[in-house]
Amino acid sequence: MNHTIQLGRRSFLTSVAAVGGGLSLGWSIPKAAAQSANGAELGIWAVIQPDDTTIIRIARSEMGQGTLTGLAQLVADELDADWRFVKAEYVAPEVNLANKRAWGDMSTGGSRGIRASVDYVRKGGAVGRAMLIEAAAKQWGVPAGECSAAMSVITHKPTGKRLRYGEIAAEAAKLTPPTDVKVKTPAEWTLIGRGVKRLDTPDKLSGKTVFAIDVRLPNMLSAAIAQCPVFGGKLKSFDASKVSAMKGVQKVVQVDDSTVAVVADKWFLAKTALAALPIVWDEGPNATVNSKQIDELLKTGLDAKEAALGQRHGDIDAALAGAASKVEAVYGTQYQNHATLEPMNCTAKWDDGKIEIWVGSQNGDASLAAAAEAAGVRLDAVIVHKHHLGGGFGRRGQQDYVRQAVLIAKQIPGRPVQLIWSREEDMQHGFYRPITQCKLTAGLDAQGNVTGLHARISGQSILAYLAPQRMENGVDRVAFQGWTPEEFGYMAIPNLLIDHAVRNTHVPVGFWRGVNTNQNALYMECFIDEVAHAAKQDPLEFRRSLMTKNPKHLAVLNAVAERASWGTPLPKGVYRGIAQNGGFGSYTAAVAEVSVSTKGELKIHRIVCASDPGHVVNPDQVAGQIEGSFVFGLSSVLFSKITIDKGRVEQSNFNDNQVMRLADMPKVESVLVPSGGFWGGVGEPTIAVAGPAVLNAIFAATGKRIRALPLSPADLRAA
Amino acid sequence: MLKLDINGEIHEVDADPDTPLLWVIREWVGLTGTKYGCGIAECGACSVHIDGVVRRSCSIAAGSVTAAKIVTIEGLSADGLSHPVQAAWLQHEVPQCGYCQSGQIMAAAALLHEKPNPTEADVAQVISNICRCGTYQRIKAAIDTAAALTVASPANGKA
Repeated sequence: MNHTIQLGRRSFLTSVAAVGGGLSLGWSIPKAAAQSANGAELGIWAVIQPDDTTIIRIARSEMGQGTLTGLAQLVADELDADWRFVKAEYVAPEVNLANKRAWGDMSTGGSRGIRASVDYVRKGGAVGRAMLIEAAAKQWGVPAGECSAAMSVITHKPTGKRLRYGEIAAEAAKLTPPTDVKVKTPAEWTLIGRGVKRLDTPDKLSGKTVFAIDVRLPNMLSAAIAQCPVFGGKLKSFDASKVSAMKGVQKVVQVDDSTVAVVADKWFLAKTALAALPIVWDEGPNATVNSKQIDELLKTGLDAKEAALGQRHGDIDAALAGAASKVEAVYGTQYQNHATLEPMNCTAKWDDGKIEIWVGSQNGDASLAAAAEAAGVRLDAVIVHKHHLGGGFGRRGQQDYVRQAVLIAKQIPGRPVQLIWSREEDMQHGFYRPITQCKLTAGLDAQGNVTGLHARISGQSILAYLAPQRMENGVDRVAFQGWTPEEFGYMAIPNLLIDHAVRNTHVPVGFWRGVNTNQNALYMECFIDEVAHAAKQDPLEFRRSLMTKNPKHLAVLNAVAERASWGTPLPKGVYRGIAQNGGFGSYTAAVAEVSVSTKGELKIHRIVCASDPGHVVNPDQVAGQIEGSFVFGLSSVLFSKITIDKGRVEQSNFNDNQVMRLADMPKVESVLVPSGGFWGGVGEPTIAVAGPAVLNAIFAATGKRIRALPLSPADLRAA
Repeated sequence: MLKLDINGEIHEVDADPDTPLLWVIREWVGLTGTKYGCGIAECGACSVHIDGVVRRSCSIAAGSVTAAKIVTIEGLSADGLSHPVQAAWLQHEVPQCGYCQSGQIMAAAALLHEKPNPTEADVAQVISNICRCGTYQRIKAAIDTAAALTVASPANGKA
């Protein structure tokens, strides 16, 4: 779908039932980018009510990352709205569809919420302000140029006349939206860059936020599902008669060829009956696969001749052959599950050829399409109610649970059915962060300068599993996140080769917060530390020497080193480690301070993180994302893993897949050093540097290099 | 029929006595602020107060608490924001996705009720609820603030 929209010809005004007779300001700002493969980039919508309430529509999804507030700040700043009047609401996916996706891409992932919509949402706000000023000027019979707007009030400077937005919005809405608006310069921003309060906080403190799992509808039923525990296996048979008389049970339904569901009056009753349901699985050819075999498979890629090229410059073979000394290491990580705290769920109602769903999704458009496909109806026969997500982290970009809910609801016409996955289903049927290993080889000259570096990834490809059409001649570009020429911080290394031996398994993989920057930054930053050690150089100074071609990376590294007082004495037993990375359009670095007791117990005391995301919309929220990303990332470095035995996931819940808790939380200090001129991501970039900074500090404390992650149960007692 | 005293109201429900309290609260009574996260008392999203003590409702049979006073997030304060813990949470902008926060707030409120001035070690020991967004640093800071607010206005600390 590649809609080409003619500039200025197609301004639309969609009516909304605005409370109190307020009128809507609608506009579209098509631009050249509308013709790109990513789809049309168009305007959004603000509704101003007579009491000045300013409702800003949001196309992306709020999953904790603060995009709802950040996007509203962008629009409200250009609109010159008083933040106290601002509210946000979701654009309904079916409305977006009916308007040729005028609100743009709804996909919320890759830390793109702000950076991919910043241009058109700000223009949207600027158009609104221009219309309000024009309407006021008209009413006063004065030139628009003599009027200014601020804090939801228009003022005619020569006479001092004033009109509130709520007073003139109805007239403004009758005007043709201008197409030539200019957005503010950073110096003119009033809301961008301010740590305003999130719009969604109060309801999250009182229990009032209605997540999709909290939807309650008249005559609603609930469904619990069992999916074949072995990936790729099938449902052979089930005996519904054994549970059909159990309390509350309405129906046992086959969902698809690998899934069965019990539908009951309450979810607890459905789950109880499901546990008693005799099910026979055809586990298929993968039923004997285990993690050891997968590790062995990955090892075959570390030295394989065939590999997909990430980037290269110079002559790595000659550099390594002529090196005075070499450093080599193999690192590895395991699968990781998102384990959003709100389990996968979706409510669906099939009625008279139409399907209606209530869902927390990272992509409203994709949920609509998945529901239509599962129901076998046209796209315009679907209604999607978007709810805030109880965690996303990439998992809710997939639509498997939407499809299942629709397939169940179609078998029970006229009644809404709420499908909820148990935590066990969630742990065992994810789209896991891919398993990879990495062999790194560096060549040094006699003075300890790096003459060449080869990083060979071996492991699973996300695109090969989820989007094979996006593979480019066997190359998965996502596998090289953090290591592309634009992202890689050590471009001054004269001879460089980064490649990937794709080794796929039967385990589903997907996008997990930070995606492959997690593994790649950990491999590279721990290895660079090893090379620095071999060259007998300070880890900070050594990095600096490799970063002469990467001033933005270097500036962030310097900022973190300064704040963390790198090189100054620490309390006895406390050691530092450092790491840096580029990814998702931003630059990040961290210094961790840890101690390891004589019993081998690790304590992370403090992590300082510096980040340059170009521009910062809301510094308090960026700090929150840094703190949170460290928890998510460190969980995978310290404890969490998904392992495979008999073709299935061995872990089932938070008892056997541990995650970080408050007691494990170090003090995190954020240093924001926005250098301006670009908009980088926020939710994901910083996740990559926490792990290697901690591991490098552990080496400083113990002399031990932990190369097989997660760290637990490694023995950290001093060697 | 089970009789339960939830947030000061008596609810009669036709659930079996061994039904976990969480599901009775969510599905029979219809209060959805208390969340399901794991079902095995690991994550704490289902935390409620039973006679003033924080408990994980997913692992308590509803039939065992018919004589108790049960308080959920909806009953913590009249307006949902004025309990010192809620006020401190707002001040520190603790929630991200928010799904675990009912449980975090209930756990923190019970801690402060028992220990108005908890040490860092007390907080680390008692607040073991999982937050996948990783809001722990702000939870710690907000508990400190709430402790100060509670001391300033002791009547608010009871729930």
